[in-house]
Amino acid sequence: MWGSASEFFAMGGYALYVWSAYAVCLALMLAEPLLARRHRRQALRDAGRALDGRHDD
Amino acid sequence: MNPSLRWSTFAAPSRFYALAAALNPWLWGAAIVLAAAGLYVGFFVAPTDATQGDSYRIIFIHVPAAWISMVIYLAMAFWAALGWMLNARMASMLARALAPTGALFTFVALWTGSFWGKPTWGTWWVWDARLTSYLILLFLYLGFIALVSAIDDVVRGDKAAAVLALVGAVNIPIIYFSVRWWNTLHQGATISMTKAPSMAQTMLLAMLLMTFAFWAYAFAVVFTRAQALALERERDTDWVRSLAAGKEA
Repeated sequence: MWGSASEFFAMGGYALYVWSAYAVCLALMLAEPLLARRHRRQALRDAGRALDGRHDD
Repeated sequence: MNPSLRWSTFAAPSRFYALAAALNPWLWGAAIVLAAAGLYVGFFVAPTDATQGDSYRIIFIHVPAAWISMVIYLAMAFWAALGWMLNARMASMLARALAPTGALFTFVALWTGSFWGKPTWGTWWVWDARLTSYLILLFLYLGFIALVSAIDDVVRGDKAAAVLALVGAVNIPIIYFSVRWWNTLHQGATISMTKAPSMAQTMLLAMLLMTFAFWAYAFAVVFTRAQALALERERDTDWVRSLAAGKEA
């Protein structure tokens, strides 16, 4: 369908719109799971600290 | 019947935690495979649209994000209400866990819609019924998140959030039917897209694959966040202690 890679990236002249939409979607969907996992790791660490009796918040 | 497998079994945060831990690798795998398939079909199989050119390819993330953001809102209101009425801890935690993901998908739908509207309508934004009611959805999510984080008392925070979520739920049918009730720039329901059949088929396939990918993603990330909330709230229980001890050992 696309003659070349540059034709693909040009998106029929709509590159700015298509890639801006996809880039932001991708960035957010990469960031959110990382933040959620960090949240869970932090919660587990806090629980461990409470266990050691060094709980300090 | 095994008494440990009643419907309420996973209402116990410890059981929920274990279930989420078991499901999450599969959900992530499904999200990645489905997204790869959806993007392949969307960019390499689905043809260029006769009227919109290649700008229409934004639909493959725009529509799934919009659908999911509305369903997540209803799920959030449902779990918040259930948590409030039945005092079910895990239900309230799920409601809280859903909010950021719902807000994310709402933002994605607004952002991608804007970048689709500019080349097709000639404007980034218009204050019409669909766009305005959908912007309110983003504010409802942000209000929910701000409200729960502003109230230190967990039980009170859950109750206040449930009221907000339930009142805001009235906005969902308004968004959905806005394109029928009012004149709007926004096109009607996507599923009734009337194009050449073969064309609509591959476009529809890409959109459905992306929708399932987004669903798998949403479940996985909401489960992870709900696990974090459960660990925080149940810090003084045996199951969290043994988890934390296992981690330290």
